Amino acid sequence: MKLSFELNGRPVEWEVEPAQSLLELLRQRGLKSVKWGCGQGDCGSCTVLVDGQTMRSCLLLAAQVQGRSVTTAEGLAAGGRLHPLQQSFLEAGAVQCGYCTPGMLLAAKSLLDEIPQPDADQVAEALDGNLCRCTGYKKIIEAVLLAAGGQST
Amino acid sequence: MSPRRRFSVVGRSVDKLDGPALVSGAPVFCEDNLPAGCLWARILTSPHAHARILSIDSSRAEALEGVHAVLHHGNVPRVMRTTAGQGAPEPSPYDFTTFDDKVRFVGDRVAAVAAETAELARRALELIKVEYQVLEPVLDPQRALEAGAPVVHDEPDARVVIPVPYEPQRNLAAHVDMAVGDVEAGLAEAELVFEHRYDCHYAQHVPIEPHCALAEPQPDGRLRITTSTQVPFHVRRIVAQALGEPVGRLHVVKPRIGGGFGAKQEVLIEDVVAWLARRSGRPVYLRLNRREEFLSRTRHPMTVRLRTGVKRDGTLTAVDLDILSNTGAYGSHGLTVACNCGSKVLPLYRWPHIRFNADVVYTNLPVAGAYRGYGATQAAFAMEIQMDEMARAIGMDPVDFRRLNHIRRGETSPVFAALGEGGEGTPQSIGSIGLDRCLTLGARAIGWRRRLRRGRGYLRRGRGMACLMQGSSIPQVDMGSASIKMNDDGSFNLLVGATDLGTGSDTILAQIAAETLGVEVGAVQVFSSDTDLTPFDVGAYASSTTYLSGEAVRRAAADVARQIRRVAAALLDCRPAQVKLAAGRAHGPGGKSVELERVACYSLYERDQVQIAAFASHTTKKSPPPFSAHFAEVEVDTQTGQVRVLRYVAAVDCGTAINPKQATGQIEGAVVNGLSYALCEEYLFDERGRMRNDSLREYKIFSARDIPEIETILVPSYEATGPYGAKSVSEICINGPLPVLSNAIYDAVGVRLRRAPYTPERVLEALDAQGAGE
Repeated sequence: MKLSFELNGRPVEWEVEPAQSLLELLRQRGLKSVKWGCGQGDCGSCTVLVDGQTMRSCLLLAAQVQGRSVTTAEGLAAGGRLHPLQQSFLEAGAVQCGYCTPGMLLAAKSLLDEIPQPDADQVAEALDGNLCRCTGYKKIIEAVLLAAGGQST
Repeated sequence: MSPRRRFSVVGRSVDKLDGPALVSGAPVFCEDNLPAGCLWARILTSPHAHARILSIDSSRAEALEGVHAVLHHGNVPRVMRTTAGQGAPEPSPYDFTTFDDKVRFVGDRVAAVAAETAELARRALELIKVEYQVLEPVLDPQRALEAGAPVVHDEPDARVVIPVPYEPQRNLAAHVDMAVGDVEAGLAEAELVFEHRYDCHYAQHVPIEPHCALAEPQPDGRLRITTSTQVPFHVRRIVAQALGEPVGRLHVVKPRIGGGFGAKQEVLIEDVVAWLARRSGRPVYLRLNRREEFLSRTRHPMTVRLRTGVKRDGTLTAVDLDILSNTGAYGSHGLTVACNCGSKVLPLYRWPHIRFNADVVYTNLPVAGAYRGYGATQAAFAMEIQMDEMARAIGMDPVDFRRLNHIRRGETSPVFAALGEGGEGTPQSIGSIGLDRCLTLGARAIGWRRRLRRGRGYLRRGRGMACLMQGSSIPQVDMGSASIKMNDDGSFNLLVGATDLGTGSDTILAQIAAETLGVEVGAVQVFSSDTDLTPFDVGAYASSTTYLSGEAVRRAAADVARQIRRVAAALLDCRPAQVKLAAGRAHGPGGKSVELERVACYSLYERDQVQIAAFASHTTKKSPPPFSAHFAEVEVDTQTGQVRVLRYVAAVDCGTAINPKQATGQIEGAVVNGLSYALCEEYLFDERGRMRNDSLREYKIFSARDIPEIETILVPSYEATGPYGAKSVSEICINGPLPVLSNAIYDAVGVRLRRAPYTPERVLEALDAQGAGE
């Protein structure tokens, strides 16, 4: 079946299998930032934004994004410049192995799009569905607060 | 006391070199680069905890269109070996073969398939018919040692390859003991003797990227294996052993890896993809699913019995530490984890009489292995709770009690010489220790001397603390090496066998090279962990990379610096000894200087042409311990049993922190993993030995909302044997939360929890027992 949607700001029209998950489709099409971590919607490493909302792409059928807008970590940098969140993740030391990072970045982006100046509790709540085993989350939360502060100035 | 030198790159929180690629989601992990035509593998696992395979019929699976290879014990040669990624000869028993005719836990390997798609491979597994003779399992480590218990390893070819005790016929996978002085006499001298049993539990590392590996047959007949591993060189050796091929036929590459924590110090699936690729002639990829990851490798659950004696003035008289460790179905890391229970815990305090005994037993439960902390976690749990108890019993503050008794600079512990990796150890004296200052700063940060508001009603607050040590590499066993060459533009290629598993070691090693060469870190291009191209390194384990591989890098860089000075001296018309390297230039006397680019080009193209390059290897006779003091404040809900950690302070002496931001990241990550282990992570088994909670929904690990306020304090010391004064930092802090939280809970509500994790049920049970006793 044919599937058309907006991917990182650009319209795409792709042939997909009816039972294919969005995660599978995106990775097959070269968007490797979207990670398999459990395939059960528990870890958050396959997080993408669908119309700005965080979604688990492993639980979503590709067909479900027909006509919608999908953002992956590949779509964060613009004009050869890292997104402020990507920059703040580097500065704050929020990246260790980096496997959860794309999902974390998208969860953080979704939060900041809605609440530009969150407090630490709001950040923790927004990231709660994304597991990280390396960092202990502290520097990730700090990175999001740093990006929020940076955006306000 | 420490030679405080001024460094230019060392000690700076430079950003991780691989950071930009990682935040961009670039395709840098194993599964991101599968070749065209790659087959997917799946493994058929045992539904029984203990069974003999009477027959396997894989004909229907083999006949399925799109299936290219099916493997099982009937068609893969039996080669007994270990999965433990350790130096050769390995101290772990040879009790494993790629496929066996017996299964020893629910999840053990039965067969494997490679097919065009993952779905097809899964369907093929369903077509394999296996006939089992189900055997009685042994699920209790205590029972495993009793006469008449089912024997997990009754095969005649299970053996050890170093001279250590091994009695599989009575389920004894390893045994170690040592004694210094006379423990019974020491206990008789004591005014108070304490004796308690402590139990800690199974846990999984939960790397967010599970084990995964790709094997690709090459046009020249070699096999390339790209794998998410901590030990690429051990993978090469052990897979060669399994295949019966020379090491030179294999090429092992480690891409970026999505966390390891010890789970990937195990050669667990590379043999399967290698065999499938050899049989099918096609590239084959295998990634464990999350359920399989839970059944891959775990932490050794242990029963720790601890007897200690103390005088009323705080003098320690004797310690008797007895360990019963459950290694599960295979003995991977069983011996060495048990050794670490003694060698990374007993030297911390000045015990005049010491006895240590450890039995490691087989059971029909999931396989234990290397896990960050590596035995120190389990033993420090018992030791630091009992230290708290002793301090309270003699009316001494727990901080003062530890201050009185901990090892000092210049001192040694007899344990260092008596206990190593399976046998005797290596004597060493302490060259650097900042533990006193850790205690002072940690206590200040948590407000230890301030009176605590204990709370009213059902919410009660308390504080607890503990002291910790670990090591830095395995002395006279581990080896790291590095090579560096200089390029036309004055940049350098640094090649290391060392393995960055997300820990940032590539960046750390680049900083060490840059410091030595007098350049910015950006002038050093790091290439790591490729068995064809980089020199040997044992890999990322035993807290070794910064201390051991880092010193190899420093030595190689120092050699390159000498060569640069010699060439620059010709350009600057001075003697080499007069040349100093700084800020990317070679400086001679009289304010003259020359860019490194000029030095490089002169050497490559103009006069006495030579490639400026050097190579160095490093082993060590010491394993200098990092030290740490941890403090926590908790709130216990006496109605629900819920323990909430309000604040956690970790003060850490890791020598020189090469990169403070990354060092604090290691500490925070280890603390949170430890908190999660102490409060909620737990394997639940049914009566037949099947794990009941094998998903991330049912096996809870800490997420962002669970973390307390965490304060990390780096307490610098200077370890003269390490690169620029560095010791290790990655493992030590996972050992803190188990004892610290138990001590804090006691402080809050007066009950001692000696069985972890401290779930609401367990806390309530302890409170009820206390209530009943009153």
